Amino acid sequence: MKDVLKKVYGVIIALLLIAVGVGLQRTGTISLFSDPYAYPELIRLLWQHLYLVGISMSIATVIGLIVGIVLTRPRFRSYTGVVMYVVSLGQTIPSLAVLALVMTFLGIGAKSAIFALTIYSLLPIARNTLAGINAVPGPTIDAAKGMGMTTLGILWQVEIPMAMTVILTGFRIALVINIGTTALAYLIGAGGMGDWIFTGINMMMTDKLIAGALPVTLLALLADFLIEMLRMLLVSKGLRMTEE
Amino acid sequence: MDTLNFIIQNYDDVLFLAWEHIFMVSVSLIIATAIGVPLGIVITKNEALAKKVINSANIMMTIPSIALFGLMMPVLAIVGQGLGKVPAIIALILYSQLPIIRNTYVAIKNVSPSLRDAGKGMGMNRWELLKEVEIPIAVPVIVAGLRTAAVMNIGIAAIATYVGAGGLGVYIQNGIDRVYPEMILAGALLVSVFAILVDAVMALVERGITPTGILIQKRMSQ
Repeated sequence: MKDVLKKVYGVIIALLLIAVGVGLQRTGTISLFSDPYAYPELIRLLWQHLYLVGISMSIATVIGLIVGIVLTRPRFRSYTGVVMYVVSLGQTIPSLAVLALVMTFLGIGAKSAIFALTIYSLLPIARNTLAGINAVPGPTIDAAKGMGMTTLGILWQVEIPMAMTVILTGFRIALVINIGTTALAYLIGAGGMGDWIFTGINMMMTDKLIAGALPVTLLALLADFLIEMLRMLLVSKGLRMTEE
Repeated sequence: MDTLNFIIQNYDDVLFLAWEHIFMVSVSLIIATAIGVPLGIVITKNEALAKKVINSANIMMTIPSIALFGLMMPVLAIVGQGLGKVPAIIALILYSQLPIIRNTYVAIKNVSPSLRDAGKGMGMNRWELLKEVEIPIAVPVIVAGLRTAAVMNIGIAAIATYVGAGGLGVYIQNGIDRVYPEMILAGALLVSVFAILVDAVMALVERGITPTGILIQKRMSQ
């Protein structure tokens, strides 16, 4: 019975792939990908997209980690509630609204897009760093203290490694949202793959629409997958075993 | 100030767009709940299926919304629904699945086995157990999932403006196109306020719907 089901799934997947292939061919997406004039444009837009994602994510990661770590220090711990509240309120605001708001103050262009993307990605990273480090059990930290570790040593060798899964989850959420929001950055004049998506929608050019939407989707899925791989690399084996 | 003036002057228009927004979000949320909650309950009985369903919902969530609209347009265009509210509502339903299914699944899974045994001991059958024990205990977590989905949907519905679905995103779209800052601000502020408001209301619902016993238990454990 199971073998039969497996074969049925295989056939369904094969049929779907064929349908997608035929669809891509019929809409002209494949010829657009191989068009000698459109191809360099695609590479340029993809590069622009990666540039926006890369810069905003790097800034957001650095600031988010610092904010998260600083807020778990005993001196600032009393502010945790307030900051968490502000962060969750900030995440309630839709991404398009954030881009639009930033644009009215900073004007159009890559700079305002990077600013908006940075702020929006900052929130999940800071929140998860904070939550991850706060969730490290007290006895573990006591044990580290008992072994004579300094505060910095505890942070570096105990707290961050133990919080790594949660931090990486925050990073993954931020990155996936960031890639999707960058597609909207075209609207405030920052370019990126959104260029082809919106042009495709506005002009009813199906080939351009798909040629824009497909790379963004694949990029987001790839990012998701890579972070999962990174988790395997960064989180210690023992912790992974207890998590699973 | 100019933004407020803009909103007051275009009062009728704002109400209409807000209504469109509310319509899209609530219709999609109702359909998504009707699909997601039963699915979440069914997969608690089948571990392997649960993993597959949640993983696919997860992949769905990873796809950027504007890219999904783009990919859906040519497919829906075959039945003449490429633009407008239909693609928007379909996308909103798909995106809501992950928070709703996951929360339902986790909530039902986390019902303590001793309570389930107590129900069985009282002679409840599987259906009664679900109706009288598991769902009432799981309901706050399920509502929390609905809350996440609702807030997210408000943001995605704003983007759906670009596929002709209307809603408050229209002000953002037109404002950007016409370089009309008051209009952009009005759109962005209205959408944000709407999202924050829904979040707050759903938080209240979440508290209101929690069985008194669970509330007392929570207070005691604090």
